[in-house]
Amino acid sequence: MELLYQIFVDPFVQMATAPDLFVQTLWEGLVGGMLYALIALGFVLIFKASGVFNFAQGIMVVFAALTLVGLYDAGLPAFLALGLTIVVMFLLAFTVERAVLRPLVNQPDIILFMATFGITYFLIGFGEFVFGGDPKVMVTDGLFLPKGAITYKALGGIVQLQKLDIVAAVTATIMVAALGIFFSKTRIGRALRAVADSHSAALSVGISLEQIWVIVWFAAGLVALVTGIFWGARSDVSFALEVIALKALPVLILGGFTSIPGAIVGGLIIGIGEKLGEFYWGPLVGGGTDAWFAYVIALVFLLFRPQGLFGETIIERV
Amino acid sequence: MLYREAGQFKTSYASDFAVFPILQDRIGIAIILAVAFIIIPLTGNDFLVNAVMIPFLIFSLAAIGLNLLTGYTGLLSLGTGAFMGVGAYACYKLTTIFPNVNIIVWVIASGFFSAAVGAIFGLPSLRIKGFYLAIATLAAQFFLEWCFIRIPWLYNNNVSGAIEVPQRELLGVIITGPRATAQTRYYIVLVLVVLMTWIASNLVHGRIGRMWMAVRDMDIAAELMGIRLLPTKLLAFAVSSFYCGVAGALMVFFWYGGSEASVFNINQSFTILFMIIIGGLGSLLGSFLGAALIYILPIVLRFVPPALGLPLQAATVEHITFMTVGILIVLFLIVEPAGLARLWLIGKQKLRVWPFPY
Repeated sequence: MELLYQIFVDPFVQMATAPDLFVQTLWEGLVGGMLYALIALGFVLIFKASGVFNFAQGIMVVFAALTLVGLYDAGLPAFLALGLTIVVMFLLAFTVERAVLRPLVNQPDIILFMATFGITYFLIGFGEFVFGGDPKVMVTDGLFLPKGAITYKALGGIVQLQKLDIVAAVTATIMVAALGIFFSKTRIGRALRAVADSHSAALSVGISLEQIWVIVWFAAGLVALVTGIFWGARSDVSFALEVIALKALPVLILGGFTSIPGAIVGGLIIGIGEKLGEFYWGPLVGGGTDAWFAYVIALVFLLFRPQGLFGETIIERV
Repeated sequence: MLYREAGQFKTSYASDFAVFPILQDRIGIAIILAVAFIIIPLTGNDFLVNAVMIPFLIFSLAAIGLNLLTGYTGLLSLGTGAFMGVGAYACYKLTTIFPNVNIIVWVIASGFFSAAVGAIFGLPSLRIKGFYLAIATLAAQFFLEWCFIRIPWLYNNNVSGAIEVPQRELLGVIITGPRATAQTRYYIVLVLVVLMTWIASNLVHGRIGRMWMAVRDMDIAAELMGIRLLPTKLLAFAVSSFYCGVAGALMVFFWYGGSEASVFNINQSFTILFMIIIGGLGSLLGSFLGAALIYILPIVLRFVPPALGLPLQAATVEHITFMTVGILIVLFLIVEPAGLARLWLIGKQKLRVWPFPY
C-alpha cells in the first residue's frame, strides 16, 4: 500500500503543492528534449534520403563543435570559425559520399549501418588527433550567445529560465521551420522527398542520387553543428557528448524513423518524461533513472505502435 | 592440388551430413586444435597467453552468441554487453553464496540466468524488427547496466562497487583469483570455448538452426511453413544470451579477475557487433576471425609506430589506432561486405583449382 501510494499519489501531490518546481522541471525537460530532437532530426534527414541509419550523427555533433572551438582557439574570429566549420562539414559530407556511400550502394542496411560505425571511429580518432582530447569550452561571447537567466516570480515561487536555453529553443524552432519549407517548397527539397520515396524511381526521372546524398549529409552536418553549439554551451565540448547521441535513439523510435514532426514531438516527450520521471519517481528506485527511462518509454510505445507515432505503417509482403 | 575433394566418396547419410566432410578440413581443424592445446601454452609467453589468447577466445564465444541471434536468426541486438554482465554478476553471486560448488558449474549455470533475462528482453522482437529492435535491446543494455551500479546486493555491498574474483580450485589446482597461472586459465577457457562452439555448430546445422535461418530469411514465410515464431525467436534470444552470459562470466573470472559495471557498457556491445559483421554474419568461423581482427588489430597497431622508430605519445597512438580501425572497417565492408568468412570461402575455391585458373 505504502509503495503504491509513493508511486501513484505522492508525486502528483508534490506537483500540486509546488507548481513552481514542476514548471521548472518541465522547462528543463523541454530544453533537453529539444536538443534530443535536433539530433534525431539529423538521423531522420539521412535515413529518409538514403536509408542509412547514421550512427555517426552523435559524433558529427561533437566533431562540429570541436572544430568550431578548435578554430576559434587557434585565433580566428568567431564568425569566421563558424563559416570554416560549415565548410568542414560540407567536406565531410562530400568525403562520406565519395568514400563510403558510393562504393557501398545497394548493400544491405546493416552493412551501411556498420559503415557509419567506421565513420564514427574515424571521426573520434581524427577529432582527438587534431584538436586534442581535453574537454573544451564552447565559444559563447563571440557568437553573441547570452548568459545568465531570467527569473520570474510565479506560481508561489521562482521559475528560472536560462537565456541560453531560450535562444536554443528559438533557433531550433527556426531551423525546423526552415527545413520544413526547404523540403516542401524548393526544387532540391522535392528531389529529396522523391529519393526518400523510391531510389530507383527518383533515378529514372533524372535525380542525381550522389548529389542528393551530399546535400542531405551536409544538412545533417549543419543540424549537428547547431546542436553542438547549444549542447556544448550547456556543458563542455568533449567526446563524452557522444552519450547524448544514444539518447536520440529512443526519440527516433517514438517518432518514427521517417518523420520530421515525429522527431520533434518524440524529442519533447522523451525530454520531459525523462526529467519528470527522474525528479518525481527516480528517488524511489535510487536515482539515476535517466540512463534508461527514455528507452522504457520508447519500448512501451513500441508495443502499441511498432512504427512509431508518425512513422509510415510497415507493410510486409511475402 | 593440395585441397581437392576428388575421390572422397560419401557412402552414408552420416558422412554426408558431417560438418567437416572433406579430409583436408579435418586435418586443418586437428592442427588448429593441436596448436591451441599444446603449442601455445607450452611455448607462448605470459603476454601472448594472458593478453591475447584468453581475451580472443572469450570474445569469440560472445561473438558466436551474438551471431546465433543476429547472423542466424536475423534479430539485431545491441544488448550483448549487458547480457555478458548478467552472466558475470550471476556467477559472482552464485559462487559467493555457495562457495563449495565448483566454479565451472557456476560459470555454466550463470549462462542460464543470462538466458532467462535475454528471453524477457527478447519479447519485443515479436512485434518489431530491424533497427527498431536494435534500439529496443538498447533498453536492456542501459537498464541492466543501471542495475549493476544501483543494486548493491549484486556486488555484495562492496564499497568500491566492483566485483572481485575469489580464489577457487579444481582438483587441487588454483584456477581463479590472482594466484592462478595464465596457462591454467587458458586451458579452462579453451576447453569451454571448444565445447560450446561444437554445440553451437550442431545447433545451427540441425533442425533448430534451420528454423532460425528460415525466420531470418523471411519470418512471414517461415510462419506459413509452420514454424512458430514466438518459441523460435525467444529460443534464439535465450541461447544467444546463454553464450554471452558464459562469455561474460569467463571474462571476469578468467581474464580480468575483477570488474566494474562499466566493463559491460554499450561499447562492449558494439565491439561484439563489429566482430560478427567484419567476421561474417551467419558463420561460426566468422565469429572467430572477426574477434581476432577486432581484438588483435589494435594490439598490433600499438606496436607499429615504435617498430618504425617513430617517437609518438601514447595518446597519439591511441587516436591513430581509432582512425585506422575506422578506415579498416569501411574498407573491409567495401571489399567484402559478407565478411572474412566469405574471403576464406573464396580462398578455398582458389585453393581447390590451384595451380589452374579454373
